[in-house]
Amino acid sequence: MTTILADLNYWVTVFLLVGGLYIVVAHGNMIKKLVGLSIFQTSVYLLFLSPGKILGGTPPIIAEGFDVYSNPLPHVLILTAIVVGVATIALGLALVVRIHRSYGTIEEDELHDLESDA
Amino acid sequence: MMRDTIILRVVAKLLLPAILIFAFYVQFHGDYGPGGGFQAGVAAAGAIILYGMIFGIPAAQHVIPTTVVQVMVPLGVLIFAGTGVLGLMLGENYLNYSPLRADPGDGQHLGILIVEAGVFITVASTMLAIFYGFGGLADEADAAAAEEGEE
Amino acid sequence: MVITVVGIIRAHNLFAVVMLGSVYSFLMATVMVILDAVDVSMTEAAVGAGMSTVLLLAVLHLTKTREAPLRHKPYIPLFVCLLTGGALVYGTLDLPPFGEANAPQNQHVAPYYIENAEHETHSPNIVTAVLASYRGYDTLGEVTVIFTAGIGVLILLASGLRRRRENADPLQDPKDDAI
Repeated sequence: MTTILADLNYWVTVFLLVGGLYIVVAHGNMIKKLVGLSIFQTSVYLLFLSPGKILGGTPPIIAEGFDVYSNPLPHVLILTAIVVGVATIALGLALVVRIHRSYGTIEEDELHDLESDA
Repeated sequence: MMRDTIILRVVAKLLLPAILIFAFYVQFHGDYGPGGGFQAGVAAAGAIILYGMIFGIPAAQHVIPTTVVQVMVPLGVLIFAGTGVLGLMLGENYLNYSPLRADPGDGQHLGILIVEAGVFITVASTMLAIFYGFGGLADEADAAAAEEGEE
Repeated sequence: MVITVVGIIRAHNLFAVVMLGSVYSFLMATVMVILDAVDVSMTEAAVGAGMSTVLLLAVLHLTKTREAPLRHKPYIPLFVCLLTGGALVYGTLDLPPFGEANAPQNQHVAPYYIENAEHETHSPNIVTAVLASYRGYDTLGEVTVIFTAGIGVLILLASGLRRRRENADPLQDPKDDAI
């Protein structure tokens, strides 16, 4: 039973990763690309956190009466990654605003046409 | 941004102190429960952003001016790095907080508190500065559209 | 979460995409609580469902576009993505079983942190202790990254903070030549 649960966890993670990657690569709208990038990032968080969980353990805060704690190390790394992710998204959005101001569009196809004409 | 809905105004005025208190609670209880600098910083910035969204950016800038935000962004990094240098000057390695107090464990605890405060300041002010940047542009676009609509 | 992602892929209205993204972040935070990662869950909820959504909505308000339909059929990206997914699934078959205390990733450094963090740092929250004390360098780097991103955004959007009332045409930006 736990093997099916485990594999399902990893398969969902892989699907989210591939879905985010597909959005970034295949869609032309920049805002949708950034949303796809954030989906990609969150799926990587899931990929890191899933092996750290110990069945029957508790969150890694030391308290009376608990013996088994989940692995705190992935939590630390993912905490950093989340905040760096939002910084990336904010910077990407600022770039999108500038592109829109300079070219008037944020579709990748139209930008390509404008660039090849000019 | 919305200015005319009274329900949002009343609810925002009720929620704002609760969010700020929760942010400070999360910050200072980062040692004993979930929490710490990042969560608290984003929550505190979220409170001011809520205020700015409902009452307009100039009102939010009246509460926390842009210059204050621009000063606070590097201040947090300075606090963090400064604590590390303090550890260096007192004899141990960089970012080792043990010599800050007589008992090394207490020194670590104090170092963690100071460092989390620095993280809180930088995260909150950066989120707020980003919001001011985007919001200022939105206000300009709204003003330009209103001018065109009048003509 | 899978349904949300499929919805994001299929939706054309950008507002719907942003809202679905926020729902996705919230669901991710819930899953993280189930995985015993409470600090991470709080951060993801605050940052993903809160901050990211606010910024995306602000940019939507500024650009006001609807996604244009795709010009080329996305067969090659779909094929590449499926290939990547297949390779990753093949990789996950080798991972240790879920939730075992004897798995190799829980063996070397983590027990040291769990046993000694309270004693050495006097704080029951192991994650905060590791983040701020044992791995303080990483946190310093992270704060620097946030600081740099904030400065980058401020430079890119500099005209938004200066009140330029005298300039009639907001598209005439002197910084366009400089950057």
